[in-house]
Amino acid sequence: MERKDWPLWEVFVRSKAGLSHKHAGSLHAPDAEMAISNARDVYTRRNEGVSIWVVESKYIHSTQESDVESMFDPNEDKIYRHPTFYDIPDEVGHM
Amino acid sequence: MAQEKDLQKIFEEKIEKEIKIEPKDWMPDEYRKNLIRQISQHAHSEVVGMLPEGNWITRAPSLRRKVALLAKIQDEAGHGLYLYCAAETLGKDRETLVQELLSGKAKYSSIFNYPALTWADIGAIGWLVDGAAIVNQIMLQKTSYGPYSRGMIRICKEESFHQRQGYEILLTLCRGTEEQKAMAQDALNRFWWPSLMMFGPSDKDSAHSAQSMAWKIKRMGNDDLRQKFIDQTVPQANFLGLTIPDPELKWNEEKQSYDWGQIDWEEFYNVIKGNGPCNKERLAARQAAYDNGAWVREAATAYAKKKAERKTKDAA
Repeated sequence: MERKDWPLWEVFVRSKAGLSHKHAGSLHAPDAEMAISNARDVYTRRNEGVSIWVVESKYIHSTQESDVESMFDPNEDKIYRHPTFYDIPDEVGHM
Repeated sequence: MAQEKDLQKIFEEKIEKEIKIEPKDWMPDEYRKNLIRQISQHAHSEVVGMLPEGNWITRAPSLRRKVALLAKIQDEAGHGLYLYCAAETLGKDRETLVQELLSGKAKYSSIFNYPALTWADIGAIGWLVDGAAIVNQIMLQKTSYGPYSRGMIRICKEESFHQRQGYEILLTLCRGTEEQKAMAQDALNRFWWPSLMMFGPSDKDSAHSAQSMAWKIKRMGNDDLRQKFIDQTVPQANFLGLTIPDPELKWNEEKQSYDWGQIDWEEFYNVIKGNGPCNKERLAARQAAYDNGAWVREAATAYAKKKAERKTKDAA
């Protein structure tokens, strides 16, 4: 494995206990251990995190741009899934 | 053919509606090429930008200054990495990008071909060079390409300390002895015009400006950015009690902005062509770092391989 073959890793950082890990960016490294150690230097120089996940980019599967309509559009006409769809008299108070 | 036309239309609609373009989205080849050029040039600038400052780490006048300078330089390495990653999402791999810098095929900001001769230069670099870079990068936070925009947001968040540490260095010198103040003035004299050149040629002479603006890669022209930088920097120079080396610099009440002199574009193009004071030294330093780091890359690769093999053996 030459350096140019070092895989690409996606880095996810949990900013503080109780919150989800969030995508921070990516980097190249020969293995997971070094990816984590590089991620610490590159993405958490200012207390940005309490936990890091790295995952090789090739293992991430995603929706395609061409799927957007079939995947997400049907949600738009289901307004009854939102609380504001329902009429409740003001007198009832906050619900 | 008809399909490409549709894709072009979808792309243009996204640009129009301020929807970011993401790596897997269709984009015109020229948009991709333009972005790779700009982002990689930006990445190379971060990396080469470490060199003039690196010379001063061991000579920083106090521990406080030394840790700040180290942290700033480490940030620049990080910023280079964010940007290389953004460029790679467009389909050009890291090794190729690095080789293009080393061979001289890719450019980096001409400012880093000027030497940092005195400690005051470290102040001037933070105040003016980072100051100019921040003006440019704030605009780029709104660039139309998602990964570039996200990189810029992160970089801007981290970079404001760079400018403040530079200004603080100059403030200390300006409040010191006559000699120290003269050193600060000398640094300003040498860095002022090259800092203005950082925004690139006037829009009317810029090869890429109009197209970059149309695609919203850039959100403001070179001339407007330069003017913004001048307007915000002159009062800061006044506060230091330093004189900006431009006899034509004058407040224009009507414009609510400064009038100023002429950039020596011949100098700019000359430095870009490779004839600046430090061009050869900078590339030689990058090449040496690349060559001398080869064993580290090889060792990391060998270590990963050995560990993977041990794991397979243990499992068997």
